Amino acid sequence: MRVNLTVNGRPQQADDVWEGESLLYVLRERLGLPGSKNACEQGECGSCTVRLDDVPVCACLVAAGQAEGRQVVTVEGLADLAHERAGSPAEEAAGGHRAEPAPLSPVQQAFIDAGAVQCGFCTPGLLVAADELIERVPRPGDADIREALSGNLCRCTGYEKILDAVRLAAARTAEPAAAAGAGE
Amino acid sequence: MDTTRPAGVTRTPTDLTQASRSPGGVGESTSRPDGILKVTGEFAYSSDLWHESMLWGHTLRSPHSHAEILSIDVSTALAEPGVLAVLTHEDLPARVRNYGLEIQDTPALATGRVRHHGEPVALVAADHPETARRAAALIRVEYRELPVVHDESSAIADDAPVLHPGRADHYAPHVAHPNIVHRQPIVRGDVTAARARADVIVTGEYEVGMQDQAFLGPESGLAVPAEDGGVDLYVATQWLHSDRRQIAPVLGLPEEKVRMTLSGVGGAFGGREDLSMQIHACLLALRTRRPVKMVYNRHESFFGHVHRHPATLRYEHGATADGRLTHLSCRIVLDGGAYASASPAVVGNAASLSVGPYVVDAVDIEAVALYTNNPPCGAMRGFGAVQACFAYEAQMDKVAAELGMDPVEFRQRNAMSQGAVMPTGQVVDAPAPVAELLRRVRDMPMPPPRQWESADSVGAAGVDIRALPGGLSNTSHGEGVVRGVGYAVGIKNVGFSEGFDDYSTARVRMEVVGGEAVATVHTAMAEVGQGGVTVHAQIARTELGVARVTILPADTRVGSAGSTSASRQTYVTGGAVRRACEAVREQLLALGRGRFGASHPGWADPGLVLEGGKVTTPAGEVLAPLADVLEDESLEVELEFRPRPTEPFDVRTGQGFGHVQYSFAAHRAVVEVDTELGLVKVVELACAQDVGKAINPQSVVGQIQGGTVQGLGLAVMEEIVVDPVSKVRNPSFTDYLIPTILDTPAIPVDVLELADPHAPYGLRGAGEAPTLSSTPAVVAAIRAATGLALRRVPVRPEHLTGT
Repeated sequence: MRVNLTVNGRPQQADDVWEGESLLYVLRERLGLPGSKNACEQGECGSCTVRLDDVPVCACLVAAGQAEGRQVVTVEGLADLAHERAGSPAEEAAGGHRAEPAPLSPVQQAFIDAGAVQCGFCTPGLLVAADELIERVPRPGDADIREALSGNLCRCTGYEKILDAVRLAAARTAEPAAAAGAGE
Repeated sequence: MDTTRPAGVTRTPTDLTQASRSPGGVGESTSRPDGILKVTGEFAYSSDLWHESMLWGHTLRSPHSHAEILSIDVSTALAEPGVLAVLTHEDLPARVRNYGLEIQDTPALATGRVRHHGEPVALVAADHPETARRAAALIRVEYRELPVVHDESSAIADDAPVLHPGRADHYAPHVAHPNIVHRQPIVRGDVTAARARADVIVTGEYEVGMQDQAFLGPESGLAVPAEDGGVDLYVATQWLHSDRRQIAPVLGLPEEKVRMTLSGVGGAFGGREDLSMQIHACLLALRTRRPVKMVYNRHESFFGHVHRHPATLRYEHGATADGRLTHLSCRIVLDGGAYASASPAVVGNAASLSVGPYVVDAVDIEAVALYTNNPPCGAMRGFGAVQACFAYEAQMDKVAAELGMDPVEFRQRNAMSQGAVMPTGQVVDAPAPVAELLRRVRDMPMPPPRQWESADSVGAAGVDIRALPGGLSNTSHGEGVVRGVGYAVGIKNVGFSEGFDDYSTARVRMEVVGGEAVATVHTAMAEVGQGGVTVHAQIARTELGVARVTILPADTRVGSAGSTSASRQTYVTGGAVRRACEAVREQLLALGRGRFGASHPGWADPGLVLEGGKVTTPAGEVLAPLADVLEDESLEVELEFRPRPTEPFDVRTGQGFGHVQYSFAAHRAVVEVDTELGLVKVVELACAQDVGKAINPQSVVGQIQGGTVQGLGLAVMEEIVVDPVSKVRNPSFTDYLIPTILDTPAIPVDVLELADPHAPYGLRGAGEAPTLSSTPAVVAAIRAATGLALRRVPVRPEHLTGT
C-alpha cells in the first residue's frame, strides 16, 4: 500500500508498504529517518517515541496505515520545532548556545551539557518526550519529570543526569537570556 | 589514510571531530564528541545501517532446551517468494564450526543437538524482514527431546547427560565432572585453628537470580560481501579483534579478509563480549553475494546474548567478640548454562574477590561454574564479583548483628587498606580507602522522612502518591510504610586477569589542517556509551596542546584495543593513547629543535610543554606555535601499551598475583517498604567511590549512577525466569523489568581521587565497582525495614509478605 504523511513539516510518501509494517519501520527503513530507535518493538521502552498529531506515541505500536494523512514529529525535527515555537532563529532557541554544525533545540543542548547522553540509544525518545513535557508544563517539578518520562527506559545513566538535563532545558526555555549567561 | 568503503554503503560510522574553546584536557568535564550526532538522531547505530540492494537475515532458534535434531527440511522455506537463502549447519563452509571466547564449544549453527532454549538452528535471507521471519517458520525441524540438567545436583549426577563430551580444553583435567566448566579453590591460613578462636560463627546460603544486561540497542549489523571473497562487517560489539578471531575460521577466511568496523553501540554491559549475529550475517552475505542486515527484536535479544551467572553461595564467617574476622569459608556455584562463554574467568573473579574488601587471614574458598541446559551465561558488569558481594555483605550484617555491633563500624574494623594481602596472596599496593568510603556514605545527610507529604505536587489527601511505594498505582497513602537504611561496600578487579596478555594499540597523528595543529586518534576501542572517545580527545589535548581532535571510527585497520570490559578501557586504551601522544610529542620537539633550536636556547630545556597550540618553556615562554613547528610534516606513531603483567591462580591453592588493579565503592541505601503489599521504593542510594583520578568528572559520575541503578534492578526486580525444563519464561520488557525513572531515587555521589601510582594519571577503572555494592545495600535496607532474612535477589513482593 501507499502511505502519505507529514514528517517534521515535510510531506512524505512511502510506497510498497506491507500492511503489517509499523510507523517506526516506515520512518527508519523507508523514509531514511533512523533517529527513532528500535530497542524493544513492544511498546515498553519508549526509544521510538514520536509525536503523532502532537501526542507522544510509541511509533512501534502505530501501524503505518494509521499515520495516513497525519503529522509526525521525530527527533530529527526537534530543532525546527523549537525554532518554530520560539519564533526566532534556531540558535537563540537553544538558549544562546551556538551549536555546531546544526542548531539544536534547548532540550537537545541540555542533554549534551548535563551529560545525559551515554550510549544514546534511549536519547531520541527521551528528547521527544521531554520536549513535549516542557511545552505542556514550562517549569516541571521533579515528580512531574519522572512521571512524564516513566515510559522511556534508559540503561546507562541511572536517570540522574536526564533529570538534570530536563531541569536545565526548562530553565533555559523559560528564561533564555538568563540561562545563556549562566553558561553551565 | 585509506578511507575506502564498499560502494553503496550509507549511514556508516563517521569521524568525530571536536574543537574545544577551553583547554578540554584531562580532569575537565568536556562534552562527548558524538553528543550532537546522538541528540539529533544522526548517529549511525548498528541497527541503522543501510546498503543498496541489502537483504534481511533472520535466525530460526530452538524451541527446546535440550534435544537431538533428527532432520531439517528447508525446501518449503526456500520456495517462498523473496527468500534468497536458507542455511543450516550443512552449509557451514569450513572445518571449524564452533566458536567461543576461550573454549570453542559454541556451534555457529546447531549440529545434531541443541543445548539450550533459543539456540540458533537455521538462517534465512530475504528481501523483507517479515518475509524472512515467515520463511523461518516454514523450516521443518524434527527434534527428539532429551533430559535436561538445570542445577548442580542434576549436572553432576552419575547418570547426567554430558553437555560437551570429549572436552579437550585446559580446564577439563582439573574438574571432577565434565559438566563442571572450571573450579578454582583458594586456601590460605589455618581455617581450623582460626575457627577455634572465633567467638561467633555465622553461616548463610544466598542466591542471585539471572540478570540480563538489557542494553537498549539490539544485536544488529550489516555484512557486505567484498570483491576479494572477503566480507566487510559493520557491527556493535565490545571487542572487534576478538570477534574477528572467532568469525574468520568459521567462514573459512583468513582474518585479513574479515574487515570489521564498529557501528554505533547501544550499550553493552558485557552482553556483547560474545558473538551474536556476526557469523550469521557474514554466512548469508557470502552465500547470496548481497549485503545482509540482521536486527534482533527484544524477544530475540533475550536469547541472543549471554546473561549474568545465577549463583548459589554458601558462606561461613567467624569473628572474635571484639569484632575481628577470624576466618571465612565459602562455596560459590555459578550456572554457566549450555556454553562456556566467559565462565572460567567469572569463576576466577568470584573466587578471588569472594572475601570482599576485608582482611581475613584464614580462608577456604571454592568457586565452580557448571554446564547446564539453561541459557548460556558470561560477562555482565561486575563479572563474578556482583554475586559474591551480595553474599559477603549480607554476612557482614549478620555477623555484626550477632556481635551487637554497628554494621558500618564492624566493616570498618575489618576493612582492608593499602598493604593488605588478598586471599590469593597478592599485596594491594595502591590506596584501598574502604573504611573512608564507608564513612563518607554514612556521613551524607539523610533524606527527610515521609517525603510524600512534602513533595512538589501534593494531592487532596495531602499525599503525593508518586513518592510512595507503588507510586502511581495508588496502592498506599503511607499506611504500612516503613523506612530502612542499609550499607555495603565492594571490591572489583580492573583489567584482564590471571596472566592474560592484556594490551591496547593506539595510533596518533599530528598535522596542520587549515592553519591549526590537529591530532587524530585511531584505536579499535569499542565506544559502547562509556565515553572512551571523550577521554581520548581529552588525553590528546593534554599531551599535545591542541584544541581540535579527530577520533577515527574503530576498526580492524589498527591493532587490537582489547575489550570494553573489566573497567579497563580508560586505563589500557587511554594509556596507549597517552603513550602514543608522548611519542608524537617527542618527535615534534625534535622537529622544533632542528628548526628553531639554534635561534633560541629555550629549545634545549628538557621540560618543554605543549599547551594552547604552542610549544612553551616550563616558565611559560612561548617558543613557537605548533603549526610553525609542524609545517607540512605529519607525525604519526602507533604503539601498544600493556599494564603490568598478572599471573594465573594456582589450580590447587589459588595463590597468584592475579589482578592488575582493584576498585572500591560503597553505598548507603534508604528504602521505604509497604509491608502489607511487599512493595519497595528506594528513596535514596548514595555512593562513594575512589576513582584514582576523574579524567572526566561528569562522565565518571554518570558511570557511577548508571552502575548503581543496575545494582538496584538486581536487588528488587530484574531476573530472567528459567523454568524447571530450562525454558526462558519472560523474554520481553513487559516481563523482565528494568528500573524506570520512577523506580530510581536520587543518587548523590562522592568521588574520591587517591592516585594509583601504577596507572596512567593515577586513574582507577570505575565502571563496575558501583554495580557491586548497590544490590546488597538495598537489600540490607529492606532487611532493616522488615526484619526479614532475605537471602535471595531479586527480592519480590511475595518474599516480603510471605504470601
